Amino acid sequence: MEKSAFTQKALVIGGGIAGIQAALDIADTGYRVLLVERTPSIGGHMLQYAEVFPTLDCPQCIMTPKMVEVSQHPNITLLTYAEVKSIHGSTGHFRVEILQKSRKVDHTKCTGCGACWQKCPGRTASEYNAGVTERTAIYIPFPQAVPAKPVIDLQHCRYIHYREFIESKQDGKKPPECRICERVCPVGAIDWDQTDTIITEEVAAIVVATGFDLMEIGNITEYAIDPDVVNGIQFERLLSPGGPTAGVVKRPSDGKIPQEVVFISCCGSRDPEHGVPYCSRVCCMYLAKQAVLYKHAVPDGQVYIFYIDIRSTGKGYEQFIQRGIGEGTIYLRGKVSRVYREGEKIKVVGADTLSGQRVEIAADMVVLAMAVLPAQGNGTLFSRLGIATDTHGFVQGNHHKFAPLETSVPGIFVAGMAQGPKDIPDAVAQGSAAAGKVLALMARNEPSLQPSVGILS
Amino acid sequence: MARIELSSAKLKKDFIKKIAEISGQNIYECYQCGKCSAGCPMCFAMDILPSQVIRLAQLGLEDEIKASKTIWLCASCLTCDARCPKGVDLSRVMEAMRLLTLRKSKNHLEPSQMARPEVADLPQIALVSSFRKFTG
Amino acid sequence: MELSYYPGCTVKTRARNFEESAIAVMQTLGVTLAELPRWNCCGTVYSLADDDLIHHVAGVRNLMQVRNQGHSKIVTLCAFCYNTLHRANLVMKDQSDNRFGINSFMDEEKPYNGEVSVAHLLQVLRDDIGWEKIAARVTRPVNGIKIAVYYGCTLLRPQSAAVDNPENPVVLQNVVKACGATPVDFPFATECCGSFQVVSNREFVNERAYEITNSARKNGAELMLVSCPLCEFNLRQAQGKLKDKYPDFQAMPLLYFTQLMALAFGLSAGVNRFDLNSPETQVWLSQKQLMV
Repeated sequence: MEKSAFTQKALVIGGGIAGIQAALDIADTGYRVLLVERTPSIGGHMLQYAEVFPTLDCPQCIMTPKMVEVSQHPNITLLTYAEVKSIHGSTGHFRVEILQKSRKVDHTKCTGCGACWQKCPGRTASEYNAGVTERTAIYIPFPQAVPAKPVIDLQHCRYIHYREFIESKQDGKKPPECRICERVCPVGAIDWDQTDTIITEEVAAIVVATGFDLMEIGNITEYAIDPDVVNGIQFERLLSPGGPTAGVVKRPSDGKIPQEVVFISCCGSRDPEHGVPYCSRVCCMYLAKQAVLYKHAVPDGQVYIFYIDIRSTGKGYEQFIQRGIGEGTIYLRGKVSRVYREGEKIKVVGADTLSGQRVEIAADMVVLAMAVLPAQGNGTLFSRLGIATDTHGFVQGNHHKFAPLETSVPGIFVAGMAQGPKDIPDAVAQGSAAAGKVLALMARNEPSLQPSVGILS
Repeated sequence: MARIELSSAKLKKDFIKKIAEISGQNIYECYQCGKCSAGCPMCFAMDILPSQVIRLAQLGLEDEIKASKTIWLCASCLTCDARCPKGVDLSRVMEAMRLLTLRKSKNHLEPSQMARPEVADLPQIALVSSFRKFTG
Repeated sequence: MELSYYPGCTVKTRARNFEESAIAVMQTLGVTLAELPRWNCCGTVYSLADDDLIHHVAGVRNLMQVRNQGHSKIVTLCAFCYNTLHRANLVMKDQSDNRFGINSFMDEEKPYNGEVSVAHLLQVLRDDIGWEKIAARVTRPVNGIKIAVYYGCTLLRPQSAAVDNPENPVVLQNVVKACGATPVDFPFATECCGSFQVVSNREFVNERAYEITNSARKNGAELMLVSCPLCEFNLRQAQGKLKDKYPDFQAMPLLYFTQLMALAFGLSAGVNRFDLNSPETQVWLSQKQLMV
């Protein structure tokens, strides 16, 4: 077999904390990294949180230096608003096709001044704020976005609707032509003719770090869909000082500050009948943290957490749980049978098996710890890469104990939530571990052979 | 409150085996989350929670179950079965526990001893279903 | 169109208002409900014991009779009968050992293997006739009336017998809408009324009736629609005692959903047998001038 030197470049798919760590670790060693992120900015879910457990660090504060490092690093090429479309070849010589989605904004001209998104009339639910507020059609997802230059969401852009209307030669009222962004842009960066492009790259190894999403609230049919029944990420945005309510915990329905908040663990998790059988690992800790942060914001408020078990295994975690209890969090051991609205309140019907009581609470707000699922789109990407997953859609390691980050395709590794539910320290550790695997591969500069050999007789 | 003594002999009791056979349920699948108790419509009248009944069964505590009213207040509404995250059909476990008494010819409801005025207005559906449930 | 129809004990006596209105409504929709000859008790309540086959025999005998009469589907009105027959049918369809045991015991000429399907009237209305056709038959829309629809248990649980989504069913609300009235959502629509506990624990059933009725009132309902003769009885019989116990309790008129449809179709009150409904219902109907 001819040996050809490996391309001295790695690909990291996913710009959340695991992907960022992997990219930085590889790049710091001198190898080149291509980091591809499908949303307009790197950062991932961690940036949506108010404060992280157990230290109560501000995630925006600790992440943005890393994000800037990624954008400035001489060895890292950052492609945001881009997706991996296909892959050919094998370890050492993967040929990857990446779709760079058209932003309709020329980032070589744009200075990120913000004039466009301040004037844009288009509106849709903000992904960064988990639907709690809206954003404009031309937008950066959050103030610290990297790159801090906007994209135009074509589905919600008025001018695009206008163009589609004209092109389809429909009857009826013509939608407004808009183009306000174009008019206010001082450097003429709006480029309606920009198209999607395909970028082809050759890389030696790939790290998949595409993260997770939360199960939809509607999956648990006995809990009402209601503006004041929110998931963990939505509550983070309400707690966050940089969030839509500037850290004043206002409930979505009427803006009032909730005085009684109920948190419900295991919504969809540990539920083989109606959800997923596994434990989502992070909810016990983030509910405890959210309870503590809520009490800081609303000192006279009361918090209840319904739980089955408390899983607090990381460093400082158990102590944090006890701190929360000491600061007034009431833990009720039992699941909740129903959540429904009654006038101004949300009725929560649950149980406390420790005292043998059924418990009913007239809450102002309810936070549901929805199950962690592989991120939307992971299934499609993993099929394209040809990597095996477990029955729940998380990437399967080659060996449960000894090769958790090596996928079924040699040269492709996984890190972070894409491999399974985990907290931030573990995601970062896996990012570095995957980077280590990539660096070992690139340093070896030749494929390693599988130990099994077939003999044809 | 007296201490209960657990041993493998106690946990291999006939009672636990019979409950499993009659109900077709593995009562050890229950992880005591209490969702059944939370949603039970008759729980307000019960002395011990439905989830506590299955806990007592897990520990082989037959007498404590027999001393309580809970299994006889069950309306077989199947809400517990519908909501249990582990797929344990508690309504079948309740039925099995009732049958352990009923099958010994000990009726919970004695039709012959029901006073006429009490039952005069009851429709057949109520009489037939309660006799089916509470007589052996 | 003719459908084989299984009445069960209670709709033939205490709940004739349910049966007669149903038969008349279906006739107007072009469907004759042909009563199954020589039907027997359905064997309610469905036995929850794995080793209990004898209690399925009554139901299976009915299903055999349906098949022997040359029908592939039986429609029931009573929710309890529906639940019991449907689940007994599933035993014969899905559980080969039990099917063999029951067939051997019954020793009929032709063993029964689940050839028949069991449907509830609501399924026929929704799936075979459709709301548009039903709305088209409405000559006296019951406009402006806020109705809380109460499902109870047996139409929705277990999942294998459910006629609609067990936590968020809509079929009865659609009946109300087709009749021109306004359905009112309330959180106790699928909560159990206490069922057969009314025989030995009536006071507990009264408490359930209080919660359910009160919740419907609080959410703006002036009428409750029911689909089960036992629910109707439980809710109805509680009202007098609840007025004594709870000063704030307001009695709630109760109608079977087929009675509402009969009113909306402009059918005469004779088929509705309002004399079998509660006095409060009759008063309410006269006030609304629906007693015609």
